[in-house]
Amino acid sequence: MIAIEQIDEAAYTIMEKAAIDIPDDYRDGIRGMVDTEKKDLSSFVLKTMLDNWEAATGDRRPMCADTGLPRYYVKVGNEASVEGGFVAVERSLRAATARATQAVPLRPNRVHPLTRADNNNNVGVNAPEIEWSFEPDADWIDITTVHKGGLFGTDYRMLFPGDGLDGIKRFYLDTLIAFGKRGLCCQPAIVGVGLGGSKDTCMQLGKQAACLRVVGDRNPDPKIAELELELKALANGIGMGPMGFVGSSMAVDCHIEIGYTHTGGMPMSVHTFCLSSRRATARIHADGRIDYRTDPRWFTPYMRRDSVDWSPDAGAGSEAAS
Amino acid sequence: MSELKEHHLTLPVGRDDIAPLAPGDIVYFDGVVYTAREGVYQKVIGEGQPLPIDLTGLSNCNFHCSPAASRGADGGYRIGGVTATASFRFSKWMRQWLELTGTRIIMGKGGMPANDYKEILAPLGAVYLTTVGYGTGALLGRGITGVRDAFWLDELGIAQAMWLFDVKRFGPFIVDSDLDGNSLFAAQGEEINRGIGKLYDGLKAPALHRYGETDDREDEVL
Repeated sequence: MIAIEQIDEAAYTIMEKAAIDIPDDYRDGIRGMVDTEKKDLSSFVLKTMLDNWEAATGDRRPMCADTGLPRYYVKVGNEASVEGGFVAVERSLRAATARATQAVPLRPNRVHPLTRADNNNNVGVNAPEIEWSFEPDADWIDITTVHKGGLFGTDYRMLFPGDGLDGIKRFYLDTLIAFGKRGLCCQPAIVGVGLGGSKDTCMQLGKQAACLRVVGDRNPDPKIAELELELKALANGIGMGPMGFVGSSMAVDCHIEIGYTHTGGMPMSVHTFCLSSRRATARIHADGRIDYRTDPRWFTPYMRRDSVDWSPDAGAGSEAAS
Repeated sequence: MSELKEHHLTLPVGRDDIAPLAPGDIVYFDGVVYTAREGVYQKVIGEGQPLPIDLTGLSNCNFHCSPAASRGADGGYRIGGVTATASFRFSKWMRQWLELTGTRIIMGKGGMPANDYKEILAPLGAVYLTTVGYGTGALLGRGITGVRDAFWLDELGIAQAMWLFDVKRFGPFIVDSDLDGNSLFAAQGEEINRGIGKLYDGLKAPALHRYGETDDREDEVL
């Protein structure tokens, strides 16, 4: 049984880490882009971002003051149990959000959509979002927080099977060009693409692809992995860099997640995770030990299962083994 | 980065101080910067409320931002980081705001519509500077040495309140518009636009269109 205090501590600590420390994979990706970016202004922006992350970590202050919309993704081992049950976990996550908003501090961005009333703690109706998933043969709980900016860089479109790869590429270009101008989506971004599913699943998959996979990670399906690399190259060939300046640094990576969809449709979503790609994960073990990391490991073989039954032997390896 | 010219200015600035600023130059500031965005503009211009403080001789640099700030037990404020918010949304208030406050520098995210520079900012002796990135919250936070004052905090909240910051080596910022109304974003955008057409070569259009692709709401999207 995991003590609820462990959840409290982990949930708060990842909020702080996410806001302050750029994940290594993203920083290394941008360092690589500094080497390939030929344009002075774009190059200046990338180098300034490296300085900024150093200042953030050095001073323990948020790397960006617009700390986005803080939220949680929770993956629960099938054998995990927690004091007070999962209602207590949800309460703990809401409490950690409020505490982090004051203590880190995070910007209290969350307001009522009509009255604009602000509780000043990033907690409110349906906020923070808490998404749940499960993992077989495990007794730990993984909690990931993501603070993604909320205004620009995302779009959804219902395409059809006949639109094919052309339709996918066009919509992808449309979205990146529209939100890349003046750098509204704060590129270079980790671009997440959701393909298929129901409309809401499509949005969710694209968002998770952007926010819950690390730079350099490839989809285990070779065809999808190939498309990821093709779309990454397509983005960097637009001719645009950070802030919408002339350059070649638009996408630090592209991740695609798919869901089986309606036979007549091919819904698609595009999401961009920004120059302050804020994510942090904690694993709370059954004995109360907490390990911190920046790779959420959200898309496990179990998550991507294709059949009714699933066993570790059928997949590329179980998350539970790690 | 020898090609990028760097300026260090003390606020408030006079016309002569900002005359040398050219699109693409880098700027750092010492002095006092104030924040104002839709909440403040609506109060002052929309509702006609007086400015809570006389800015003359104090600051003529309006930063479109809201800090990650919290109130300490001692009543003071703790500023974590500051990051700009997208400025184009504030276009409709700019003329009256510049006339009322004498502001010469607008800073924010992403610039204003290029026409605003020609028609509003440049004629009123003001230039636009953009933050870098846009996520240099920690670097800019370092540049804030203190909170001189904060107004309408209870009514507007932390994000929308009017803050006055003492700053030192505050930056970097990139000059978007100069006193002739030229725009860096517009120039860079035009260069990129020249290459966009060929990206779509050979990619057939989707079967179902969307309003926006056609502006005529009497059209079918099929």
